[in-house]
Amino acid sequence: MTIHLKIWRQARGAKDGKFHDYTVENVAAEMSFLEMLDILNEQLVKKGEEAIEFDNDCREGICGTCGMVVDGVAHGTHAGCTTCEIRMRSYKDGDTITVEPFRASAFPIIKDLVVDRSAFDRIQAKGGYVSTNVGSAPDGNAQLIPKSDADNAMDAATCIGCGACVAACPNGSASLFVSAKISQFSWLPQGDAERTRRALRMVEQMDSEGFGDCSNHGECEAVCPKEISIQNIARMRREFVKAAFKG
Amino acid sequence: MSKILDAKIPGGPLADKWDKHMIDNKLVAPGGNRRKFRIIVVGTGLAGGGAAATLGELGYNVLNFCIQDTPRRAHSVAAQGGINAAKNYQNDGDSVYRLFYDTIKGGDYRSREANVYRLAQLSTHIIDQSVAMGVPFAREYGGTLANRSFGGVQVSRTFYARGQTGQQLLLGVYSALSRQIDAGTVKMFPRHEMLDLVIVDGKARGIIARELITGEIKRYEADAVVLATGGYSPVFYLSTNAVNSNATAAWRAHKRGAFFSNPCYTQIHPTAVPQMGDYQSKLTLMSESLRNDGRVWVPKKAGDTRRPNEIPENERDYYLERRYPAFGNLVPRDIASRAAKVECDQGKHAYYSDFSVYLDFSEAIGRLGKDVVGDRYGNLFDMYREITGDSPYETPMMIYPAPHYTMGGLWVDYNLQSTIEGLFVAGEANFSDHGANRLGASALMQGLADGYFVVPRVVASYLAGADLKAVTTETEEFKAVENDVRSHYDRLLNIKGSRTVRDIHWDLGRIMWDKVGMARNKDGLNEAIGKIKELQKAFWQDLALTGSADDLNKQLEQANRLGDYLELGELMARDALMREESCGGHFREEHQSETGEAKRDDENFMFVSAWEHQGEGQEPVMHKEDLSYENIEVKTRSYK
Repeated sequence: MTIHLKIWRQARGAKDGKFHDYTVENVAAEMSFLEMLDILNEQLVKKGEEAIEFDNDCREGICGTCGMVVDGVAHGTHAGCTTCEIRMRSYKDGDTITVEPFRASAFPIIKDLVVDRSAFDRIQAKGGYVSTNVGSAPDGNAQLIPKSDADNAMDAATCIGCGACVAACPNGSASLFVSAKISQFSWLPQGDAERTRRALRMVEQMDSEGFGDCSNHGECEAVCPKEISIQNIARMRREFVKAAFKG
Repeated sequence: MSKILDAKIPGGPLADKWDKHMIDNKLVAPGGNRRKFRIIVVGTGLAGGGAAATLGELGYNVLNFCIQDTPRRAHSVAAQGGINAAKNYQNDGDSVYRLFYDTIKGGDYRSREANVYRLAQLSTHIIDQSVAMGVPFAREYGGTLANRSFGGVQVSRTFYARGQTGQQLLLGVYSALSRQIDAGTVKMFPRHEMLDLVIVDGKARGIIARELITGEIKRYEADAVVLATGGYSPVFYLSTNAVNSNATAAWRAHKRGAFFSNPCYTQIHPTAVPQMGDYQSKLTLMSESLRNDGRVWVPKKAGDTRRPNEIPENERDYYLERRYPAFGNLVPRDIASRAAKVECDQGKHAYYSDFSVYLDFSEAIGRLGKDVVGDRYGNLFDMYREITGDSPYETPMMIYPAPHYTMGGLWVDYNLQSTIEGLFVAGEANFSDHGANRLGASALMQGLADGYFVVPRVVASYLAGADLKAVTTETEEFKAVENDVRSHYDRLLNIKGSRTVRDIHWDLGRIMWDKVGMARNKDGLNEAIGKIKELQKAFWQDLALTGSADDLNKQLEQANRLGDYLELGELMARDALMREESCGGHFREEHQSETGEAKRDDENFMFVSAWEHQGEGQEPVMHKEDLSYENIEVKTRSYK
């Protein structure tokens, strides 16, 4: 099939960019969305034009590197998958697809579709961990954890940190990402000692990075490729309020 | 002149070697003394991130580099099935010795006894440590940790977190790293690629790295360098690795004097989604754990093109269960991969392509119900459906072997030190623990054992005893290496040819898969060496590149890596040609039993090959490390 594309191009360091039109012929149904972009880049390089830059790595939906807004939706309109998991069978011959970067004030554009998501790392460094040194851990079964608690922790822990939640949120909030980490540890006895400090510091850092507030739009949950629940945000709020009272 | 390498294995009984070694090792006192030492760690996967975090915790001054935009995306994140540990929680007779035995046998008696024993010993601590860090492993209703079994073993010793074990262990490492970044002991350099190693007075003292966004070439000095940069299976172009996984840091270190060992040992994983077209960029793995409940089969009749559900039970050949009754579908990866090739070569395959077999869950769904099967493998089934459009709940999966893990890598001694003093190599980037084949759920184990437990000890011991003079990045050695790096880029950008990086890489991949893949022979390997040399010429004469070196330029990054793959591919073929035997992931067609099983030659090949680079255009020289087995009886490997 033939696919028409409107892709955002922005030079590194430039304040603004614009959409360029491209056409890719002979797109096969089994191709992934990124493979289709690879073919386009092959065409561009052969013509002596610069390839379109986009972040990608594992190409199986787990590393969280890829991420772009496809037809107005972060990671595209197909629920529960990352951009790299989209297959071209979702489209038909002659379709026009609009592709642009994740847009949020806390995610500056680096070049074309590549954005800077390092704010997530700085939030994580403010307490998204259990402080335990290597080498002194008790036996893994010394503390029993109910299966349901472990499963709940795992549900939150599956977040891949791709940033789609931020891109989808009208306020540019990072609440789903931050709440997933806070929730994971709140379900586990290991994380309990630092519960208060973690909630306060991570939320403070999130605010200082320029992410907006959460006002319950639910767009984050709708686009999340790992289907992380918005309930985590409610949980984060409870953790934060409790922590604020404790000081 | 070829020489025999000394692995510096400590004396004494096998079970006491590591403990005794730690007592014998020198230490660096805490506080200011440790802070004075600067250590470069390249890579943030389980081995690199684990090492950087632990060294930071101990108080060293650590610089940690990764090519990804954040350390949390290192390719360890993609491992699915699990991590082994000799905990014997299931009371099924597991022990440190049994894990050691299974790993040595699984590696076809081509790994080092002392290293493997240490790995088995440390495995139990890894689980404890990860639990303490908040890794949400699967649990039983009673609250204890859950286990499952993996290929090549008869006990359930694999710990897992759904089908995302690598992700959860890596996030554990990343969180430990984040804690050290916050504490200021680890300085993180994301989107930086190591391009070369700087040696001063014969010791590794720094690296040259490129900041991938700005293209800036930078120099970094240190007292020791740890490489944990993963494997090299993208040499096949199509592999299960992430598209940015590459061998450049290891290969450049090799060209500076680090020997490269056993490059021909590559693991072809039996359960990947088959190739679909020539536009494809990678292959997707389906966890080995699926073989716990999935039954592998092909139609009995060659050329049978009926859909799987139309083929009656008595016309299906469950060839693994037939050929290997004791292990059945759970034979090790090398055995299962070759068995699939044997069937497909006879024209017996799934309807989809000549290179695919079935992995069928209908019996398990009938026995356990859809919910239980979904609970165990749901995310993998979803992933498969996304790719192929078929649901494994309704119709068998189609799978075929794919290049996956590379057992070869830079040669290291027992202290994980390469042949360059002060250059340590950890995880998949070294050659040491898996021999000629890696058993399932052992990659994560080695990554974390090296990262959390081995590197921090051995590097400290080196620093305590090393006579290191002060160096700065202004010394001649740094300038010279930086110049080499710059002229390499100029050369690449000045070719201005017509063939794209992908185009040339695809050709390399086909040569490697056809001639240096699941089965090799003398003629094919000689042919491969010739063809790779031609392709190297084509690369340097006709490469098409756009953009510049002082910008974010993925094409340039890939071209730089491809140049190294073209050289490494040639070495892989040479190594395979030299090894006139079959073992593990290396199958020489000339050396097989009457029933088609791999035939080792222990008399002549019970050694580790270690290749020394001799300069551009020169043939490398091979050195040997003889292997001896004092604690295990060397037997013909059988899973029947």
